[in-house]
Order: sequence, then structure tokens, then C-alpha cells
Amino acid sequence: MIPIERTAGELSALLARGEFSAEELASAFLERIRTHDAKVCAFLHVDEARVLEQARAVDAKRRQGKPLGALAGIPIALKDVLCTAGQPTTCGSKILTRFVPPYDAHVVSRLKEADAVLLGKTNLDEFAMGSSTENSAYHITRNPWDLERIPGGSSGGSVAAVAVSEAPLALGTDTGGSIRQPAGLCGVVGMKPTYGRVSRFGLVAFASSLDQIGPIAHDVSDAALLLEVIAGHDARDTTSVASPVPSYSRVIDQPMKPLTIGVAREHFGAGLDPEVEKHVRVALGVYERLGAKLREISLPNNPYAVATYYIVATAEASSNLARYDGVHYGHRAEKFADLIDMYCRSRGEGFGDEVKRRIMLGTYVLSSGYKDAYYLKALKVRRLIKEDFDKAFAGCDVIMGPGSPTAAFKIGEKVADPLAMYLADIYTISCNLAGLPGISIPCGFTGSGLPVGLQILAPPFEEEKLLRVARMHERETDWHTRRPKL
Amino acid sequence: MALTADQVRWVAHLARLELTDGQIEVMARQLSAVIDYVDQLQQVDTEGVEPLAHPFLLHNVFRSDESAPSLPVDEALANAPDRRGDFYSVPAVLE
Repeated sequence: MIPIERTAGELSALLARGEFSAEELASAFLERIRTHDAKVCAFLHVDEARVLEQARAVDAKRRQGKPLGALAGIPIALKDVLCTAGQPTTCGSKILTRFVPPYDAHVVSRLKEADAVLLGKTNLDEFAMGSSTENSAYHITRNPWDLERIPGGSSGGSVAAVAVSEAPLALGTDTGGSIRQPAGLCGVVGMKPTYGRVSRFGLVAFASSLDQIGPIAHDVSDAALLLEVIAGHDARDTTSVASPVPSYSRVIDQPMKPLTIGVAREHFGAGLDPEVEKHVRVALGVYERLGAKLREISLPNNPYAVATYYIVATAEASSNLARYDGVHYGHRAEKFADLIDMYCRSRGEGFGDEVKRRIMLGTYVLSSGYKDAYYLKALKVRRLIKEDFDKAFAGCDVIMGPGSPTAAFKIGEKVADPLAMYLADIYTISCNLAGLPGISIPCGFTGSGLPVGLQILAPPFEEEKLLRVARMHERETDWHTRRPKL
Repeated sequence: MALTADQVRWVAHLARLELTDGQIEVMARQLSAVIDYVDQLQQVDTEGVEPLAHPFLLHNVFRSDESAPSLPVDEALANAPDRRGDFYSVPAVLE
């Protein structure tokens, strides 16, 4: 029996010792997908032959004594907004049903160089717009801890795949919490790096000043390992930063001492479920016992983050999604009167309701007569939100709080009320507006057995500190070792 | 502020989105609720605050003006719904 529920680090060691081959490991995960994914629906595409072919190539390299990459033979799932050459990339949208990218995203090239085995593409809210993975044009992904509940979103497929051990690692993207929120709701580790830490080349754009790609894993060590592989400068993304990538996985077990943790009163306000709060407070207690100091801080503009985000992100999205015009790629309507009509019908047929809503909102806030009142105003509040963090980090190393106000909600519960859905992101969104790195780690379960996530935020480019701090909690607790039973 | 059906129709035109009358009605209601919510930003005093379009200070990045291999035409056109020769094909724009 291949222990597919183990971490990538453990599987890597077993592969190196020859306990099993990369092909056997890949086959075990494919088998897991066959037996479990009909219930969880994490994946959109899995090309079994191609998976096994990659695994055999790694085995051959190992046999021949060739140097192997950091993720040699480790299967990884990719959110379906990351371009994979020759493999479908749908973004969870009907408009891209038949789209096959001619090139790999930068992170995909990095994974191939590291000898990882690309397992397949995972489900998401269409164009990463959503907090529940219910907005996919293909199917709904379910939370492995309770199949009647949502896994969170928009990286719900990637997160559910790791939670139910259909993949030991996955990549997601985080524009307003789309890695951290579902990671918290599914009991895995999910990290959003600093804006610019990871190249966005080949990531299908949603909101370009907010999007980042990040790791999803069973534990913090695996997340560190995966970040190390994907981080770093890439000339094809001019916002990717040239500063060197530290060896995160090597320093992960060094605790931060002294450590001052900022606790924002705005993260514990109305709407926070008492059970979620209890587990987050217990986690803070774990750090106190390790010698950390808690300091109350204030992020006075945080309550405006959701409003700011839904102006900035939709404005950018309305511009980015103008590229789906039925000309260059994607769906084209069969019947139309003229060019403009062809655009309108192709987009009307191809996009789902939430994407249309956001394009409409973004177009409205940028339109003549409203731009100053909405878009410009939001950009000013965005600066205030960022300055709140600058001030807070002058007095603490990291900020901790809940990753979302409640545990996973029921499928269908918020579908009819877009605003209620937007408020599910209330604790994760300001991090994107300020460009900060953030992580969600498992910190307990509710009485009904649903995971709760602890969110930790750090100053820009201090991923090393963030990971070391997250690891301190992991060494004292065993929440990250729990696995759902379907 | 409530958006009227006509305003929604105008924005849909700007966004090049075909919406049915039913969708316009639902969209007017849902967008109005979101606009009401984001209107709370008007309470924030932003006098003298510079807009922040991007989390970090950005500089233009230039590359040297040298030709390099790019995507072959066939690969670039492989996903096009309609092509003629080496070009994307669109409905006639001028009579």
C-alpha cells in the first residue's frame, strides 16, 4: 500500500529510498481520484496516460543516476487558470471550453524543471470569481469534511484535492483570499505569497494588481518546499521581483524568538462565529506558551476592505476580460448581425452569471461620470488600508486572526445573495489590497467536525518569517495530520 | 442608489454583454445592492490621500530592442474561432 495520505516531504524521502517508484506513486493517486473524485469533484481534467509518462521519465532519470529536481516524482494538481501547453485550460468557464494554451505558465515550467508530476487541472469558480467553487460552469466541488458543504473558493478544487489526498500538493491563486479561505475551510495549509514573489506569466488574469499564485499542502514544510520551486524573478512578468529566493524549507524549523503577534480588534468583530473565535484564541495561546507576546493592534480601515476590493477587482476584471471577444480564442456565437453583435452574443453565451455581474460592476465604476466617485475613491481607501498595515507592522512581527468568519457553509446557501458571498472574504481581502504575504493553517474543528483556519499575515517579502511562525504552531499541534473519511 | 433597467442596459452595451430582459432585471437588483454596500466608502475621509493603484512602487521595465523567437503563427492562431490564412477572421466591419 502506498501511503498517499502522507506529506510531499515524506513521499519524497520514500521515493529516494526506493520504497516505491514514481510510477507506482502516480498510479496510486490516479486510483484515489477514480475512487473519490466522483464525490468530491475536485478535478476538471486528468490525462492518465500523460501522468504516467511523466512519472516514468522521473524513474528513468533516477535509475540513470541523473540529478533530480526538488519535487522529483511528486504529483501536483493545478488550478485551471494556469496555462498548460497542449492541455485544456478552461478557467471553469464555458467561454474557454475548447481552449488549449500554446505555452506553459512560468510556475508550470518551474514544476517541470523540478521533476514534479502534473496530475491534472482542478475546478474553481469561473475565472476565480467566487468564494465557494459553486460558480464553475462545469460542476460544484464539495468539501471532503462534509459533502453537503462548499470547500470555499475560488481554489476549491485544488484545496479539496489535497484535503482528500487526491494530490499531495496543489497550486492555487489568491486575489482576495482564494487560497487562504478554502484552505481554512478544508483543513489544509494554503499560502498567498507577497505580490511579485511569484511570476504571473501564464496565469489567466482576473485582477492584475491583486492576483498571486501560491502553494496548497498538508503542512507548512511542504508549502515552503513548493514556494521555493515557484518563487523568483521572471522577465515575462514585469511585476515579478528580482530579490533572491531564500531556502524557506531549510530554515522552517527555526522558531522566531522573540515574537510579537499583532491581534487586530477588527478581526474579531460582529459576524465572527464564536466557535471559530474560540479555536483562533486557543491557537494564540499556543504561541503565548512558546514565549510570544500578543499586542492589540488596530486596522481601522479594514472594515472598508470588501467595498474597496469589489471596486478595484471588478474594474481590473472588466478590462482583463475584454480579451474574450470571440476573435482570438474562446467561444464565438454562431449567429450575429455584425461585429459588435458578435462580441455581445459570444460574451453573453460564454460567461456565467457571477462573471457577468463583475464585468458589469467593473464597467460601471469605470464609466464616465462614476469613475471618480467609485474607482478613484477606492484607490485612495486602498492606500489607507495599506498604511494601516505599515503602522501595525512597526509594532509586531506578524498579524494573526481568523481566515474566515464561519466554517464551511452549505451548498446553495449564499448563491442567491452575491453580497453575502462577498462578505465571506472579509478577513482575507485586505492582504491582497496591501500586497502582503499570508497563510492559513489548520487550528481546530467545530463541534460538527468542520475545519477552522488560523490566518497569519507578514510584512512584504517576509515569507521566511511567515513560514517559520506558522511552523511553530504546527510542531505543537496535530490538526494538520487529520484526514477526512468519505 | 438603485440602478434602473436602462442604466443596466447602457453598462451592458459598454461591456459588450448581451443580457436578456430577465437578466437585466435581476442584475439591476443585485448591482444596486452591491453599489449600496460600496457606497460606505463615501464616509471615509480621503482628503489629500493619493490613490494607490498597485501595492508597491512600480518602475517601467525595458528590454533591449532585439528580435527573439516568438510564438509561431500557426500556434498563435490554433485557438481562433475563425482564420483566413495567417490572419484572424472577423465579420465585415465596413460595407
